[in-house]
Amino acid sequence: MKSLRFFLLGLLLLPLAGCNWVVMAPAGDVAAQQRDLILISTGLMLIVIIPVMVLTVLFAWRYRQANTDAPYDPDWDHSTQLELVIWAVPLLIIIALGAFTWMGTHLLDPYRPLGRVSATKPVEQNVKPLDVNVVALDWKWLFIMPEYGVASVNELAAPVDRPIRFRITSTSVMNAFYVPTLAGMIYAMPGMETKLHGVVNHTGTYDGFSSHYSGAGFSKMRFKFHGLDQAGFDAWVAKAKASTVSLDRPTYLELERQSEGNPVQLYASVDPKLFDAIVNMCATPGKMCMNEMMAIDEKGGLGMAGIHNTLPLVYDKYARRGAGSGSVFGPEPRYVAGICSEAEALAMSRDSEDAPVRDRFTPIQGLGLSRPGAQPVNSSTRSSALSTPFSTL
Amino acid sequence: MAITNPVPVSPIFGRLTLDAFPIHEPVILGAFVGTALIGAVVLFALFKYRLWGYLWTEWFTSVDHKKIGIMYMVLGLIMFLRGFADAIMMRVQQAIAFNGSEGYLNAHHYDQVFTAHGVIMIFFVAMPFVTGLMNYVVPLQIGARDVSFPFLNNFSFWMTTAGAVIIMISLFVGEFAQTGWLAFPPLSGLGASPYVGVDYYIWGLQVAGVGTTLSGINLIATIVKMRAPGMSLMKMPVFTWTSLCTNVLIVASFPVLTAVLVLLSLDRYVGTNFFTNDFGGNPMMYVNLIWIWGHPEVYILILPLFGVFSEVTSTFSNKRLFGYTSMVYATVVITILSYLVWLHHFFTMGSGASVNSFFGITTMIISIPTGAKIFNWLFTMYRGRIRFELPMMWTVAFMLTFVVGGMTGVLLAVPPADFVLHNSLFLVAHFHNVIIGGVLFGLFAAINYWWPKAFGFKLDVFWGKVSFWCWVVGFWAAFMPLYILGLMGVTRRMRVFDDPSIQIWFQIAALGAFLIACGIGAMLVQFAVSIWRREQLRDHTGDPWNGRTLEWATSSPPPAYNFAFTPVIHDNDAWSDMKKRGYQRPLEGYRSIHMPSSTGTGVILSGLSVALAFALIWYIWWLAALSFLGIIAVAIAHSFNYHRDFHIPAEEVVATENARTELLAAGVRA
Repeated sequence: MKSLRFFLLGLLLLPLAGCNWVVMAPAGDVAAQQRDLILISTGLMLIVIIPVMVLTVLFAWRYRQANTDAPYDPDWDHSTQLELVIWAVPLLIIIALGAFTWMGTHLLDPYRPLGRVSATKPVEQNVKPLDVNVVALDWKWLFIMPEYGVASVNELAAPVDRPIRFRITSTSVMNAFYVPTLAGMIYAMPGMETKLHGVVNHTGTYDGFSSHYSGAGFSKMRFKFHGLDQAGFDAWVAKAKASTVSLDRPTYLELERQSEGNPVQLYASVDPKLFDAIVNMCATPGKMCMNEMMAIDEKGGLGMAGIHNTLPLVYDKYARRGAGSGSVFGPEPRYVAGICSEAEALAMSRDSEDAPVRDRFTPIQGLGLSRPGAQPVNSSTRSSALSTPFSTL
Repeated sequence: MAITNPVPVSPIFGRLTLDAFPIHEPVILGAFVGTALIGAVVLFALFKYRLWGYLWTEWFTSVDHKKIGIMYMVLGLIMFLRGFADAIMMRVQQAIAFNGSEGYLNAHHYDQVFTAHGVIMIFFVAMPFVTGLMNYVVPLQIGARDVSFPFLNNFSFWMTTAGAVIIMISLFVGEFAQTGWLAFPPLSGLGASPYVGVDYYIWGLQVAGVGTTLSGINLIATIVKMRAPGMSLMKMPVFTWTSLCTNVLIVASFPVLTAVLVLLSLDRYVGTNFFTNDFGGNPMMYVNLIWIWGHPEVYILILPLFGVFSEVTSTFSNKRLFGYTSMVYATVVITILSYLVWLHHFFTMGSGASVNSFFGITTMIISIPTGAKIFNWLFTMYRGRIRFELPMMWTVAFMLTFVVGGMTGVLLAVPPADFVLHNSLFLVAHFHNVIIGGVLFGLFAAINYWWPKAFGFKLDVFWGKVSFWCWVVGFWAAFMPLYILGLMGVTRRMRVFDDPSIQIWFQIAALGAFLIACGIGAMLVQFAVSIWRREQLRDHTGDPWNGRTLEWATSSPPPAYNFAFTPVIHDNDAWSDMKKRGYQRPLEGYRSIHMPSSTGTGVILSGLSVALAFALIWYIWWLAALSFLGIIAVAIAHSFNYHRDFHIPAEEVVATENARTELLAAGVRA
């Protein structure tokens, strides 16, 4: 019971906790808002948890058999008022928590472009987010910065107070991209692209890693995330530019092989189509890109001809992983051969950078919240107060 | 050594080669030698004392729900020791693998250990414990003589055991999966896991799943059709209610697990592309499907224990259960809601904000009926006369522990919080908090509570208390550091660490795990001491706790037929009500009793299933065909077995009941 008391005390002291409790003391605004939600929810729940624990101990002590002074009522088993309270109190708390959840989940949706870089600072109109394309490889992280044309393995840098827009994918198995100080995690999955928005507010070196188990080298799939001031970031980009290695297709295919504990590697230049090819699983030359396949299928497919449009797989990432043979009763492994040129395929269904945001980013109905970055309808004070509901609490 | 290259398939031995036996791995070899020695001693003892015949006729082939229930508990206990050994190995590895140390387990080994720990603890510890408990108690509580389908019950038990055997074989032949306990593709696909580990996982669960599903059907039929006259649904004991809901959940969710594992096997065996990256496959669909089973599964585990706590609180407070009706409704609401929350296991996979909020809020709603249950137990204690026997101590420990786990659970249901805590050690701490603090504490309460019913003597209190305190303190010491580590952003399933400042927390957690080990040891000592001193601890009344439900109306242990006369029920605390109204045990008018006959078919079918699974795992096709045909042949042959039932002669019933009459009279005189 003693350890229990310590734990409760610990929970109350969380906000004051030491600085290596990164989830409780992050350096990025998104993670800080997520932390605020943790504290609010915990507080709301303690309203009912603490009385329950106290009453448990109290009743256990007071109504012990030895205490014959306490009233004993063996047939008392119902009280409508009491029943009402024990259903209503949790219900009310859950209603409150549900409201916070609905709001927080929409505001902190990782796909939602940021509206502010910190509690006091909205995103300025002319600031373009820093694009970072993230690839989870077995077992290292590849970061591509299209704006600067540089790439890095197991190291990431970003300037403080500039929103970062991640596009995330994986090559062979699932991983999760997580920099606790920056923002929550999001899965990295092969053949799929996920998005994440974050910002770092304080300079420093932070940990980033995969937070979804992905095989033998998982433990060492870690990198350092450097929050730098603008000069520091420029210097980092310059350092990358000065690297003697560039990330072209053969280099990438070599990098894609399984390896663990890779040292930091910077690349002076990157094949600009590489990330889209990775997402569409056609980094290997000659493979049909997924979006090409989907576009063909959308128009009715290739019919019987499509069945024959495959070639034996002799060199693919699974072959590179050492598992070249197919399933025991299945056909030999094959791949679908590309029909279009890769450039055509990628251009076909490429997301436009300026594509309008989808429905779920529209203002939250009923609260009059404005879309991040948009001009408020009425007065600027009202909007900014509403769009930062946790900073005031 | 991990085998990654394709192994040639020979027509006789399939993929099985000498390399499959881990003779070069000292840890596994040690485990093997240890297991083999214990096995040899047990076998020697069985032969020396000529127990084979006794075990075969009285236990293995028995269709008596009480004996099957006990066998389930024994299976759960044995597998618990294995699963806990895995836990200790993980804790030690994580406590030492700092500052460049690789620890003592390589990745191939460590990844198998944490996968096996999860699989064993859920499927082969918690499930057998819970099923065994329901098997033992439910027919007694509803005044039935056995379950609806006694042979099916025996068959279910042996299929569950077969699954456990398959998992245990993987320790010494080949390897186990290195994928985490739910084996998400693409990691569990043929490309990333080409060798036998995932196949062991698939077939172990498939074989055990047959047992679980059939046992679920059996218990639903039993509860619905075999209640004693007068026991309407709203007069059923709460444990029976929770069992009913649990079995409904089993029957509705296990087929989903079976189906999703079939799809994964098709990917692995015949080259389909349900969950592959290429050819239109989608691994996210596996995650989706398996959690549609996986979330109800946690309620399958916890609901029966909620029933146990209700029985225990009411009995040891000497008081009626507060709010029986709302307790029942809360159980049913939880049953339904448990199907509407599965997506909270993958908020971080990029579902939209509205989808995430929906599932987050439905998850929180479950805490309302759960909270109501806690309050009901609380107000059952209110104005009671609480006897702090071991079952009640476990119940109070549960109430204080479980609410913390419940709170962190609701916290994880808030999607933005989950984004920073998902897959972290905070999550690990949360589910151990509810599974140990809820399921295991409940099981320990149940074992201490019903042991005298099953064996006729109480469990030793001193060693029970030692075990209790080791467990409770050990639990908090082992898992509080994990909560803290989770808030430090430490993720789960890590084998090595590079930040030395967090090592201390892992060391504390390892210490906690060793305290728990003492708790387990003390529990085994408690069993041994109690069996040793059974004459001092003997209970002749059949009702050592002043119980309230029907199982306490019969002798301890109950006769094979449970009740000589089917009782008539007037109240949900049936036995309490009978005692209050001055129930007199009928002393004459006994008749012969119609009972089901024992059969060895379940054992044979389960043995053939192990052979079939082993053959499919190792690609030994002739053996697979042979054992499959064998299963079909034995099943057909069993349908021609006409010796399915017999009558216990009236004289034997008279003798049994007269013996009880004498014992009761002796008890009154003493």
